[in-house]
Amino acid sequence: MKNRSLVSIDDFSTEEILEILDRTKEFEKEPTRKLLEGKVIATLFFEPSTRTRLSFESAINRLGGKIVGFSDASSSSVSKGETLNDTIRTVSNYCDLIVMRHPIEGSARFASEIANVPVINAGDGANQHPSQTLLDLYSIQKTQETLDNLNIFLVGDLKYGRTVHSLVMAMSRWKATFNFISPEELKMPDEIKFYLDNLGLRYYEHYDFTDIISKADIIYMTRVQKERFSDPIEYEKVKNVYVLRNSMLKNTKPNMRILHPLPRVNEIHQDVDGNPKAYYFDQALNGVYTRQAILCSLLGIN
Amino acid sequence: MFFIRNKLRNDSEMKEPKQLSVSAIENGTVIDHVPARNLFKVIQILGLDRIDNQITFGTNLESKKLGRKAIIKISGVYFEDEDINRIALVAPDAKLNIIRDYEVVEKKIVEVPDNIIGIAKCMNPKCITNFESVVTRFKVISKKNVSLKCHYCDKITNQENLQII
Repeated sequence: MKNRSLVSIDDFSTEEILEILDRTKEFEKEPTRKLLEGKVIATLFFEPSTRTRLSFESAINRLGGKIVGFSDASSSSVSKGETLNDTIRTVSNYCDLIVMRHPIEGSARFASEIANVPVINAGDGANQHPSQTLLDLYSIQKTQETLDNLNIFLVGDLKYGRTVHSLVMAMSRWKATFNFISPEELKMPDEIKFYLDNLGLRYYEHYDFTDIISKADIIYMTRVQKERFSDPIEYEKVKNVYVLRNSMLKNTKPNMRILHPLPRVNEIHQDVDGNPKAYYFDQALNGVYTRQAILCSLLGIN
Repeated sequence: MFFIRNKLRNDSEMKEPKQLSVSAIENGTVIDHVPARNLFKVIQILGLDRIDNQITFGTNLESKKLGRKAIIKISGVYFEDEDINRIALVAPDAKLNIIRDYEVVEKKIVEVPDNIIGIAKCMNPKCITNFESVVTRFKVISKKNVSLKCHYCDKITNQENLQII
């Protein structure tokens, strides 16, 4: 994986993904190691994403690496009209690896083609966010002790939520069954369903968030965002429908765990937090270890 | 240079039915069955507006299959399959006649290639290719009802949304 970029989860083979998950386990045991000493990592956040940025920066700092970069485009030369092409060509001279978040879809692929250092896509618009996918996979593997043949429920905004798209594509490698629960306006896009159809995998679409979740191994919750609705009345109708409450978990499987990419608003009621099936904060911690594993793999550090 | 030889005669002089045809060529390529509305796209994709060879074309000719078709005759030019397949997006039914010494020596049909580079526009308004100077690249995921997957944003552009750059 040395000197490769991570733009989409599909850039890595199944073996490579499993290798990163194995390395993640090692970093979980021992997260503070000076493996990135002498390395400079650029974190270019063309749009703010505090959580992802802090997770990457925590991962880099724990490994002794140095960070250059910006946390939103207004404090960079973009505000002077510089193209992404020029920013990437320049910054790739200053660092050993670029972590990039950008609102435009495909920007990370483009950056990886012009940079002379590896690029990690930390989110390109509604497109891909592969480090999130890898930490989701790690969380699933850790809690289920396998990735094979699981029943994955995804709930909420399945149309614009890029984390759910990447997760579905990734979990399809391990023959998952999918259940999509969302309002009509936020249904899973056709290209993802087309992808699953091609692989002959089963998926089911539901509008109601009911006791069907008793079959789930993983419930992956997402935020239903008001700005995604063209009609505010439609938002008012659905905003309290896709809320997970502790009382709904009674008949769920003992191995079931609840994941959420965070930040959460009201889609998981706070009364769930005390339930041992709530895993979203552990999932966020796993993100630091996963990013340590990704950084070291792309830099060829063992 | 373009010219159309118009054989349209005055009815009162010739008493022949009206007809429009395009002159024959000695050596070169005839591209037939181009949908009339896409004639200029084909010309653009093949770069025919930038070469010095003699080119004749006819358009809005009657065609049972296409309704109105166009035909292009390019003197002294033979295309590689790879080049000619670039027009498959706009002229999927095009047929090529390879002419030597006024005779058709070979016939070819176009085939949609596996990858489309620099011809089509990504329909996703949020795609990087619509913001910066990036050559578009697509993987063809369906050849029958053309469906293109953007190399950059992964979004699918299909026949209805297809725009030629």
